[in-house]
Amino acid sequence: MQKHETPMLDELENGPWPSFISGFKRLRDDHPDKRINLVANDLLGQLEHSYETRKGYWKGGTVSVFGYGGGIIPRFSEVGHAFPESKEFHTLRVQPPPGNYYTSDILRQMADDWEKDGSGLITFHGQTGNIMFIGATSDNTQVFFDKINGYGWDLGGAGPCVRTGMSCVGAARCEQSCCNEHKVHRLLLNNFQDDVHRPALPYKFKFKISGCPNDCMNAIERADFAVIGTWKDDMKVDQEEVKAFISLKGRQYITDNVITRCPTNALSLSDDDTLNVDNRNCVRCMHCLNVMTKALSPGDDKGVIILIGGKRTLKIGDLMGTVVVPFMKLDTEEDYEEIVELAENIIDFFAENALEHERTGEMIERIGLVNFLEGIEVEVDPNMVSDPRSINYIRMDEWDQEAKKWFDNQAESA
Amino acid sequence: MSENKPRSPIESGVPDGFQYMHPSMLRNFGMWKYHEHPKPGVLLHVSKSGDKLWTVKIGTQRILDVYTIRVLCDIADNFADGYIRFTLRSNIEYCVADEAKVEPLIKAVEDAGFIVGGTANSISMISHTQGWLHCDIPGTDASGVVKSMMDELIDEFKTCTMPNRVHLTTSCCQINCGGQGDIAINVQHTKPPKINHDLVANVCERPTVVARCPVAAIRPAMVNGKPSLEVDEKKCICCGACYPPCPPMQINDPIHSQLAIWVGGNHSNARSKPTFHKLVAAGVPNNPPRWPEATAIVKQILKVYKEDAKDWERINDWIERIGWPRFFELTELPFTKYHIDNWTGSRKNLNASTYIRF
Repeated sequence: MQKHETPMLDELENGPWPSFISGFKRLRDDHPDKRINLVANDLLGQLEHSYETRKGYWKGGTVSVFGYGGGIIPRFSEVGHAFPESKEFHTLRVQPPPGNYYTSDILRQMADDWEKDGSGLITFHGQTGNIMFIGATSDNTQVFFDKINGYGWDLGGAGPCVRTGMSCVGAARCEQSCCNEHKVHRLLLNNFQDDVHRPALPYKFKFKISGCPNDCMNAIERADFAVIGTWKDDMKVDQEEVKAFISLKGRQYITDNVITRCPTNALSLSDDDTLNVDNRNCVRCMHCLNVMTKALSPGDDKGVIILIGGKRTLKIGDLMGTVVVPFMKLDTEEDYEEIVELAENIIDFFAENALEHERTGEMIERIGLVNFLEGIEVEVDPNMVSDPRSINYIRMDEWDQEAKKWFDNQAESA
Repeated sequence: MSENKPRSPIESGVPDGFQYMHPSMLRNFGMWKYHEHPKPGVLLHVSKSGDKLWTVKIGTQRILDVYTIRVLCDIADNFADGYIRFTLRSNIEYCVADEAKVEPLIKAVEDAGFIVGGTANSISMISHTQGWLHCDIPGTDASGVVKSMMDELIDEFKTCTMPNRVHLTTSCCQINCGGQGDIAINVQHTKPPKINHDLVANVCERPTVVARCPVAAIRPAMVNGKPSLEVDEKKCICCGACYPPCPPMQINDPIHSQLAIWVGGNHSNARSKPTFHKLVAAGVPNNPPRWPEATAIVKQILKVYKEDAKDWERINDWIERIGWPRFFELTELPFTKYHIDNWTGSRKNLNASTYIRF
């Protein structure tokens, strides 16, 4: 094997952070399988070529596995004549378990199979949340999928479909978790596997689940359907721990870093070093709980907020998800059925009403939130807005009926 | 069974993660009471049951070869009860239920060349994309940028001396798969696409491409007797949105595809509502293999933030308090006409008040 010179990539072996280039070279130089040596060598060669010319040389195409339409990211080299061993270098996107938990046994099993059929390179994880098995030929894509699918792993989404979901570390190891992220994640995603595997929506649709408003999964900014845990009753205050915190950090510290940082001025410190919380005006932002982890905790009446329509720039600009369900309990099986039903309604509406390549947020921007809410049969709620409208250019023909509906609904839920 | 007979997939979807969780997590699911931060890279969670669970967090190169995976698995088996969890930012978390296992675990991880840190008010691993290694539309590499920057920021990964946590992201095109960040380093194109008119008719679905343009700058045209597309270069904002559906509209350029730096993206609801990041620097050369110019700006911003921000202020909180004029003054970055938003809804980003700091 003639090794490609890689003077630029070699620079990335210097320095203290672990080097991905050193990993590629181990596959090229040390792996017992000649096929892997050759693939790694040509991959390094093409990447060096990109570094020298400052351009990428992969193009897409059509590769799938039997029975599915998506889940594979096809990559064919545009410079395959110079780097033939890595000229077909497709990615299999595989759905991880919620929270990205693994045992060494399952990781070894994946690695053992992947070095037989693929490049020996795996990314944990891609930005949508998939395990990315990077580097299979068209033929071996099916071979490898058959193996891992046989022991419980399935392809994720690619293209205009329901995408692989993500959820945080959750109730398994976080005291701030306000829902069973694991259950929500599996229930929602596994209800839509047909829409994951066979792209037929206007554009991508993402679910992300964060157990609390710290939103470690970045759900508000990135998910079409963000599920975020919160609580309804009073936050828990352990006054002895408050005093212990003050004796450790000082009164100035708690004033400067807790009391005055509350976005709704819902906190005050009494002369006897007890903390008072105006729970009616607490917006559950999490800041004080983040600072005083031993003294403060979420309440007991837990549930989730659902925000719809978050996405990055393309095409009309960044959009945050906005509140569509201010609070939903997730205690009983009926509660869980309700969240699945809401997701079904939203995806059905999206499928029928969005334009090609339009995300839910853009669709809502185009048609207005109220039309969307009427389409999915959700009633308006003042929690959905930062402010009511300020423009008076609006016809309000049905004001009386709408006002009556509001009072009727209030009376019903009271 | 015939070798040619295709196998139907088992549509199992998301696997059950409980089978891969540490037994202490199963026992204490939903019962955690509080956590402490004994030292950088280590978390201690305490359950209402009295159980304690220590987490050791480590940075990796994200793209793992099978050798590295096996090293990580060996460490898990010998020092961490056989369990491995990955975070959103591709850090690894090993968990142990016995305090005596923490130091041997840290030693094993560091002996193997991995970096312990990334907890609390540190700079965590840069969340990033695929770049030249595997994407079909990248303007730069991702793993190389991240490796270069993390080499320079490693001390802030290993310690917890920033005002609050710092999330960095990089993206190799303006689609910004890397996402929002306290600081985001993203490709910014500066010239319209170069069109190979011979290929457009065969490769591109032309109405789709026309529809994809955010500023309606693309229209169908006959060029050299062939159906193609043309770009109104005065209208074109050089975003590259036409390139994925139409590869003959090449947007990437070795010189003119540059980097821009954005700050103040924050997805947490803590203290204030989530924020998107804002432009602070552009015209940064896309300079492999080490991207020193981009790293220098990032380090300058971080230095000023570290000196000037109060405890618990994320970068957006800090700028909200000190104001943008002071930000540009302290970071010594130029403020230009390009910083003033002119997109739909941009007037909400203008100062409609008498609030001026002197």
